[in-house]
This record gives sequence, C-alpha cells and structure tokens, in this order.
Amino acid sequence: MITVPIEHVILMAAILFSLGLTGVLARRNVLFILLSIEVMLNAAGIAFVAAGARWAQADGQIMFLFILTMAAAEVAVGLAIILQYYRHTGTLDVDAMGGGRR
Amino acid sequence: MLSLLWLIPLLPLAGFLSIVLGGGRMRGSMVALIAVGVVGLSAAMAAAVAIRFIYLPPAGNSFTQTLWTWIPATGFMPEISLRLDALSLVMVTVITFVAFLILLYSAEFMGGDEGYARFFAWMDLFVASMLVLVLADNFLLLYLGWEGVGMCSFLLIGFWYRDSANARAARKAFIVTRIGDAAFVVALFLIFTHLGTLTIQEAAARASREWPVGSGLAVAAAALMLAAAVGKSAQLPLQTWLPDAMAGPTPVSALIHAATMVTAGVYLIARANAFFTLAPFVQWLVAVIGAVTLLLAAFAALVQCDIKRVLAYSTMSQVGYMFLALGVGAWSAAIFHFMVHAFFKSLLFLGAGAVIMALHEEHDIFAMGGLRRALPGTFWAFLIGAASLAALPVVTAGFYSKDLILLCDWTSKSGSVWLWAAGLAGAFLTAMYAFRLVFIVFFGELRTKPGRKPGFRMGAALAVLAFFSLSAGFIQIPPDIVNFSPLSELLETSLPRLSAVSVGTQTEALLQAVAGLAGLAGIFFAWFFFRHPALVERLVLTPLGSAFRRLWLEGWCFDRAYDALFVRPYIRLAEINKDDCIDLLNRTLARACESMHYLLIGTQNGRVRQYAAAVTLGAIVIIALMVLL
Amino acid sequence: MNTVFYISAAVAILSTAMVISRLNAIHALLYMIVSLLAVAMIFFVMGAPFIAALEVIVYAGAIMVLFVFAMMMLNLGQEAVERERNWLSPASWAGPVTLVAVLFAEFIWIVSRTGGSLPGGGGLGPKQVGIALLGQYLVGVELASMLLLAGLVGAYHIGRRMPRTGEENEASRAGISIKQ
Repeated sequence: MITVPIEHVILMAAILFSLGLTGVLARRNVLFILLSIEVMLNAAGIAFVAAGARWAQADGQIMFLFILTMAAAEVAVGLAIILQYYRHTGTLDVDAMGGGRR
Repeated sequence: MLSLLWLIPLLPLAGFLSIVLGGGRMRGSMVALIAVGVVGLSAAMAAAVAIRFIYLPPAGNSFTQTLWTWIPATGFMPEISLRLDALSLVMVTVITFVAFLILLYSAEFMGGDEGYARFFAWMDLFVASMLVLVLADNFLLLYLGWEGVGMCSFLLIGFWYRDSANARAARKAFIVTRIGDAAFVVALFLIFTHLGTLTIQEAAARASREWPVGSGLAVAAAALMLAAAVGKSAQLPLQTWLPDAMAGPTPVSALIHAATMVTAGVYLIARANAFFTLAPFVQWLVAVIGAVTLLLAAFAALVQCDIKRVLAYSTMSQVGYMFLALGVGAWSAAIFHFMVHAFFKSLLFLGAGAVIMALHEEHDIFAMGGLRRALPGTFWAFLIGAASLAALPVVTAGFYSKDLILLCDWTSKSGSVWLWAAGLAGAFLTAMYAFRLVFIVFFGELRTKPGRKPGFRMGAALAVLAFFSLSAGFIQIPPDIVNFSPLSELLETSLPRLSAVSVGTQTEALLQAVAGLAGLAGIFFAWFFFRHPALVERLVLTPLGSAFRRLWLEGWCFDRAYDALFVRPYIRLAEINKDDCIDLLNRTLARACESMHYLLIGTQNGRVRQYAAAVTLGAIVIIALMVLL
Repeated sequence: MNTVFYISAAVAILSTAMVISRLNAIHALLYMIVSLLAVAMIFFVMGAPFIAALEVIVYAGAIMVLFVFAMMMLNLGQEAVERERNWLSPASWAGPVTLVAVLFAEFIWIVSRTGGSLPGGGGLGPKQVGIALLGQYLVGVELASMLLLAGLVGAYHIGRRMPRTGEENEASRAGISIKQ
C-alpha cells in the first residue's frame, strides 16, 4: 500500500481528465471523442477511488462501479449511433453532424 | 332505486367521454348508438326513480345523495351531492326524456355531417351538465352545471364554425349570458359571506330566519339571481342572443334553446323561491319582466321570415310566461308550463328541422308552402305542436298550462289585472304567429319541391313528442272541469303553495273561456290574414306599418341599441387604450425577448464540440467563482 | 510501493496523451488499453484490488473490445489517417488546449488547498465493497442493472441495419414479398 500525498493522486486524475477534455474539444473524429470521454470517466473514477481510500470507505469504489456501468451502456449506445451514422453519411466528422438543421 | 340517482348524470358524461376519446375511430352508427343509448338509459333510470319517488316517497319528500366532498377547506366544504325532490324530479324526467327523443332524431338528422361524433359528444356533455344543474344540492354544483350548459351551448351554436357568422353568434350567446353568470357568482359570494353556507335548502332556511322581508341583502341576492336567470333564459334585457343562437343545428335549438337550457333560469328562480319570497319587489320585477318579454317577443315573432327565428322568439315569449307565473308565486304552474313547453317546442323545432332538411337547408318560410300533402307526417306533428303552442282549448296540453298561469295571475295575491291582460294578449299573439307559420309553410301552393323525407327515427321522435304535446296537460286539469291535479300536488311537496284569493268556480270558468277564445281568435286572424294577403300588404305599406314591421323584424332593435350603447364605445375605448404606457412596456419586453431569442439561436448550431466547449467554459467560470468567493 | 504509483501514473499520462493525439484509431485504442492497465495498477496500489480487476476485465477487456469491433465494422483505411492529419492542424489544437489549461490551473489551485495522504494499510477488499454494494446501495445496483438493460436494447435497436434510401426500401420490401 502506498502512502503518497492525496494531492498527487488527485492531480494525476486531473491531468487525465484534462487530456480527455482536450481530446473531446480538439478531435473531429467521433470515435476519438468517444474514446476521450472514456478517459474522462476513468479519471473521475480515479478521483472517487482515491477519496474512498483516503477515508478508508468502500463508497468510492462503489461509485467507480456505477461509473463503469454507465460507461459500458454509453459506449454500447454511442458506438451503435456512430455505426448507423457512418452507414448513412460515410463520414465520422462531428462538425458535419447536426449541421443540416440550421 | 333512489341510491342509483348518481347514475343519471353520470351516464351521459360517460357517453361524452367515450365519444371524445374514441369517437374518431368509431363508425357513425356506433357513435349514435352510444350517444343515444346512454341518454336513453338515463331516461329509463329517471323513470324508475320517478316511479319509486311517487309511489314510495322518501322521508321529507326529498332524497339527498352525497357522493364526496368537492373542496375540503376549513369552513367551506362544498360537496358533490345530489338532491332529488319533486321539483328536480320533474326537471330530470322531462330533460332526459326529451333529450333522448331529440338525440334519436339527430342520429338521423345529422347523418353524413363531418362533425357527427363531435356533435354527439357535446350533446351528451350538455345533457350531463343540465342534469347536474337540476340535481345539485348546493349552489356551487348548480353553478358548475350552469356553466357547463353555457359552454355546450356556445360549442353547439358554433357547431358549423367554418362560417364566421355562426362563430359570431356563438360568441354573442356566450358573452351575453356571461353577464348573467357574473351576477350569479356575485350572488353566490353574497350568500356565502352572509349565510355561511351554499347548500340550497340550508341557505334558504337561514335566509328566512335571519333576513326580514324586503331587507337589502335579500333584495340584492334575489336581484342578482334574477339577473342570472334573465341571461340564461333570454328575457329582457339580455334576450338578444337567442334569435342568433339559431345558427346551430336544429336539434341543438330544440334541446338547448327551447326545451332545457333556456328554462334553467326558471328552475333557478323556482329553486331559490325562498329568496324571492323575501324580496317581494324583485318577485314583482320577475313578473313584469316576464310579461314585457312575452309581449315584445310575440310581436317580433309575428313578422319573422326565418322559420327558426319565429320559434326562437316564441321560446322567449313562452319562457316569459313561466317568469310571469314565477313572479306571482305560482311556482308549480311555471314548472308545469316548462314541462309542456319542452314537449311542444321541441316538437315544433324538430318539425321545422324536418322541413328544412326536406327543402335543402331552406329557412325562409316564404320559400316554403303547400307542404301539407308533400310531408303529411311532419305536417300533422307541426300542427299539433302549433296547436299546443296556441293553447287550442281542451285537446292540447298548452291550453292547460297557459290557462293555469293566466288563472294564477288573476287569483294570486301578488297578481294583477294588468299581468293577466298581458298574458291574455300574449296568448292571442301566440296563436296568431303559430298559425301564421302553419298556414304559410304547409298551406297554399307548393313553392319548393321537397327532397329527403324524415325516416323512422325522426318520425318516431316526432310522433312521441306530438303525443305528449297533446296529452301532457291531462295531469293537471283545472278544478272546474275535473278535479285532477297530481302534478301540482307533487310539486307542492317541494315548492310553496300559491297564496291565492279564492274566486268562484264561475269566474274560473269565465277566465278559461276568455283565454280559450283569445287563442281561437288568434288562429282566426292568422287564417284571415293568410286568405287576404293584399290586406297584409296594404297594412305593411302604411308608414306606421312598415316602421313597426322593421322594428319587430329586428327584435325591437335591441341589437342596434346595445351595439351603439356598449359594443362600439367599448371598442373605441379599447382602440384609444391600445398604445398606453403599459402596452408600450409590454411591447418592449416582447421585443427584448425576441432579440434575446435571436442571440441565443446562434448558440444552437448543432456543433457538438462547441457545446462541449461551452460546458467547459461554464465549469471554468463556476470553479473560478467557487475559488474566488 | 510509492515508486510504482509514480511510474504507473507517468505511463498512464503519457499513453493518454498518445490516445488523443494519434491519427490511426487502432493505435489510439492500443494506447488507451495501456493507459487503462496503468490505471488498474494505480487502483491496486491504492488498496482497491477489486476495482483494479474490474478495470482490466470490463474496461480494458469488454469496452475496448467493443471499440475494436466498431472499428472493424467501420473499416477505416489509410485515407482515414490522411483525413485525420488534415483535421488535426496546430490551429485546431490551440483553442481547446488554452481552455483546458485554464481549467487545469484551477484544478491545481483547488488541489493545493487540500491536504492529507493515503493511509496505507490493507486497503478495502471485495468483501467490504460487496457488503456496501448490496446493502446500502441496493437501489443503485437495481438502477444500474436497468441502465444496462436499456443500453442493451437501445444499442440493438439503433444498430439495426436500416434501409438507407427509398430505393433500397422498396428493394427490401420486394425481397420480403418474394420470400413470402
């Protein structure tokens, strides 16, 4: 078991979260955006588990479990949407999505 | 049996709901079956209840059924409770029975109309509301029914809403009756604040105990209720909506604007008789309004050319008779006339509907004529209705009810010769315009070739109503002929007796003979003028004659007067007021909202990444606030 | 043990940076798996072995396999990489990076004001987690199961191969009628 300061763990989670956010904002490929969202969810999970470990409570891990469930459902539906979108338009460009409605 | 009372209003309501929810997917025959069936069931229930009530009267001659507490508030607990006594029993029986026949008639009459299901849904809702109105145990529930019938009247007058004239007529009816409705609400407030209850019997008892006769509160309450009744029953000065209300389908005119809704005012006054007894002046006013309305409307009916408008003015006039009876304290005579009038006036309207249908939507009586041989069934039905309306002696029901009213005007302590004379003149005029209609429409030469003839369902309704228009009078025969009056005996268990000075049997017989002769004279004059059209022409062409004709044709020009006195000044005021500072403020607000809308529309561009960036920006701002504050 | 944490953290951060910057989706996916394994390591050393196992099985295993399948069905080739290169100009990076940098600065500000360190010791095993999960959080578990079911049904429904145009629609209808 480690005894590093809690800030370091949270900081790492923050770095991962920021990287994921950068991916969401910078990439145009929907697939990458979905991956980046996974990174962000994972970072949030790290923060939960770290907080749970800090206070020696199981709640943090349970929150991570819920995040995991959510991520699984989200990826399944998201990938289905991407596949269908690609089948219809032949592109994965997120900027082309929803543009026709203006 | 009596405990099933709640089913009577519920059945039509259930019919309304099922048609409203599923009518679009049902076939027309199914809709008609439901709509007519529920009202028929309701009528059967009413008949069963009536038999039980008459042969085995409940304790106190009334039966109250409390269903649930409507609004449970401290000190104010109006309940959904129904009260059956002799008055509401007569009303319920007549309403369900006549409504059933009229709906049966409409099932054929309205066939092929695109709003078939809509029509029946609203008719059922109307019947339900009307039954709630007459069965209500407290004023608030009564008011619910009161507004319900008003709304259905509005919807059904404007039934063919594509024609803007019909929509305008519907609006007019709604707004004019609303004046009375507002007065009714004020009356309810007054009764509740001063008597602490809205239960009709309780309020009447407390009023009789606490308010002296002629006190200001009693006069105010009675006057406000009179205003409500005047609006709903199309009496002076709020009568202008009724002739225009003929824009609706003919069965609607028969049910709502002849048989039931317009008599709601009569019912209200009879139901609240204790308040009117406490305010003799207002009761006298009721009689005067009735007398004046019956005369004015009868004159107007004399010159109308539209068959339905003649009947509309006639309805106004006949309701005037009921008011006259109420005003002299002859409560049961008024209800008797209501019953008889419901039969013969709906018969007349339905007969007129059959004529209109046969002549392809022709309303002008001068385009009709000679239909006696072409439509014999309709002719006989219409003739019976007209005879009953004209109070043809001995054989028709109208004779007995009208005669009773005239007799009560003479004998009542609060009656007078003038009221009696007005009623007598009205009887003469009534017979004249009724038979003018019969002669012009059914005699003479054939002007328009009739098309579709009434089928079985319309014929059955006409036949049954014709039978009752003749025979309904026999349940109340004047004592000098045969002493047989079960109706007034029944009604006097819930309504006060007429306080009359006794006149001899001879005087009574004389009065009856005079009343009967007035009717016969009216019929004779109608025939005389029909045979000598040149005479009529010369009469109309004199300056005085033409002026009166124009005056009567427009219903004494009340519309024009109201237009000049209220409508146009109001519109002008509204136009002046259109650009005041509050409107300016509102418009600025609207414009600000609009520009904000265009500003925000730019953010809804469908670009997911920009949304994400916006979320990030929001997070940054919120965290910054958290950190800094 | 602390060293293991720092090494894993460095691996996770580096591989995640690679994830968001790769042009080829399969490469990004592989880096993502590395990142997830590193995070699993961190969980393990933080005293959450159960979560570490789930991270490997569910995240690195199931979810990433889902991605792999999706990519295989999309069948992206070399031209997809070229297109990514066009999309990822430095100018397109600048805005997001600035925005995220500001957010990150705020994170640091907040984190710097907290204190305390991990307690060490045995950590929390699957048993404690299980007791809490099926006791206190039972409703949450039920909701999660419902969410998964909804995700399953939704993914199946959305992912059906639907006819793209009217022509195909008619063709498929014709096909059905032939079968009948």
